[in-house]
Amino acid sequence: MLKRIQFYLKSFFLWELLQGLCLTGRYLFKRKITVQFPEEKTPSSARFRGLHALRRYPNGEERCIACKLCEAVCPALAITIESEPREDGSRRTTRYDIDLFKCIYCGFCEESCPVDSIVETGEMHYHFENRGENIMTKQKLLAIGDEFEKQIAEARSEDALFR
Amino acid sequence: MPELRNYTLNFGPQHPAAHGVLRLVVELDGEVIQRADPHIGLLHRATEKLAETKPYNQSIGYMDRLDYVSMMCNEHSYVMAIEKLLGIEVPVRAQYIRAMFDEITRILNHLLWLGAHALDIGAMAVFLYCFREREDLMDCYEAVSGARMHATYYRPGGVYRDLPNKMAQYQTSKWHNKKQVAKRNENRQGSLLDFIEDFTQRFPKFIDEYETLLTDNRIWKQRTVGIGVVSPERAKALGFTGPMLRGSGVEWDLRKKQPYAVYDRIDFDIPVGVNGDCYDRYLVRIEEMRQSNHIIKQCIDWLRANPGPVILSDHKITPPTRTEMKDDMESLIHHFKLFTEGYVLPEGEAYAAVEHPKGEFGIYLISDGANKPFRVKIRAAGFPHLAALDEMCRGHMIADLVAILSSQDIVFGEIDR
Repeated sequence: MLKRIQFYLKSFFLWELLQGLCLTGRYLFKRKITVQFPEEKTPSSARFRGLHALRRYPNGEERCIACKLCEAVCPALAITIESEPREDGSRRTTRYDIDLFKCIYCGFCEESCPVDSIVETGEMHYHFENRGENIMTKQKLLAIGDEFEKQIAEARSEDALFR
Repeated sequence: MPELRNYTLNFGPQHPAAHGVLRLVVELDGEVIQRADPHIGLLHRATEKLAETKPYNQSIGYMDRLDYVSMMCNEHSYVMAIEKLLGIEVPVRAQYIRAMFDEITRILNHLLWLGAHALDIGAMAVFLYCFREREDLMDCYEAVSGARMHATYYRPGGVYRDLPNKMAQYQTSKWHNKKQVAKRNENRQGSLLDFIEDFTQRFPKFIDEYETLLTDNRIWKQRTVGIGVVSPERAKALGFTGPMLRGSGVEWDLRKKQPYAVYDRIDFDIPVGVNGDCYDRYLVRIEEMRQSNHIIKQCIDWLRANPGPVILSDHKITPPTRTEMKDDMESLIHHFKLFTEGYVLPEGEAYAAVEHPKGEFGIYLISDGANKPFRVKIRAAGFPHLAALDEMCRGHMIADLVAILSSQDIVFGEIDR
């Protein structure tokens, strides 16, 4: 009997609706958790797989030896490599294209690279304005590698224990 | 007297409540649904066929993209099928990591489902709160695999990398000073396990909040109680699995009935509904989140106490570590062989199913002894549910169609494959 009275009173005074409103009301005055992009960024881990880059050795020599493992392992067939011996006789790529529209950012290219040349950097903010810019050529990839080398090296060394 | 005809309505494929690209042809008598005919295939990407053209490991990333809100569970089923055919035993630590991330995935999925379901029915705030918690779990995904959604983390023979012992931190900016940022970074000081443990301590309170907003709410009850009722017999006959089946009162959970990974060593309960309506399915999923939280806690305790390998060191199947590969000629050969040819599965077939957040997700794999599958069949959990939509919403009002549809937790990535 008491329970029924309680039930009627509660439903008459919109008890559960008020409880809900109370909850949302509390959040109205709580500190906001909003991250003010682009001035602020959410933290991103050292393992993040973003825009690709080709790295160089500290002496400026490009690392890639055109073994084409990344081309073979790429599930989306996004990588195209052509290679030729350079004048000094070393094996180098003449063409290294990654189609970013095809890429699924699985990280297999980085996993497969025996010389740590192709990497996926932590860079995630990029865009294209013209047709064809989605193809990352060797020059572009090397330039990205030069620009982010410090971050790339830091992230790799942080994760070296686990790979 | 004028001729009376049913009104045919096209729902979707661009409708915001259609959960992706569902097209429904609905026949209406006034506002009452006479027939609902789902048209599927608008997100068909030929995953099954694609998998036939590449070595086994290369399809892991595509499994993420099937049900794109419960990524690691899909991967789990695929790697389990491969492991079954290879006849290998996965390191226990890897199995615990898998179980933990399966449950994180389940929470991720149910949070998205809850937010979308509530939004469909008209509750806006729940959606925002759910996404706040999803953000933390996404950070766990990113910390461990490097991607917020499409992880490609599970490998046949274990998982790719061990859990990191550092979390990424927020940086100061003109919006937030050092003190505020320090407060934000409070739970990010330790390892990933510390971060997840902090989450599991906070999470039950958040579930209580969702329940405060919804469970007793009279509008919520009016929209869900008695809507889309499925009897236990019909649920079985229609091939329901997961929360849809449990909502109808059938106690069936693959984690209990045919334990995989380490679920036989973990203590948890299976929530079961009574009436089989939208409201019961909601309650079942809410309780499942609590149970998942409980499972994650147990996994954390075990993982803390037991360090060890997370992947087999059989280099015919798993690549050697990078230091090994750079020092040792044989390892380098293994590395090259694995990343070009992959590995060969013995001739035969295997079916591996996991308790996916949506139901039973299975991979049926046939190998003809090559380094690529001869055939991969994906048993999508949502497919039988969507097929039963017609039966579930016949005789209901058109507004209930949306409630029923979202209570089924439909994701088109896996239905269309």
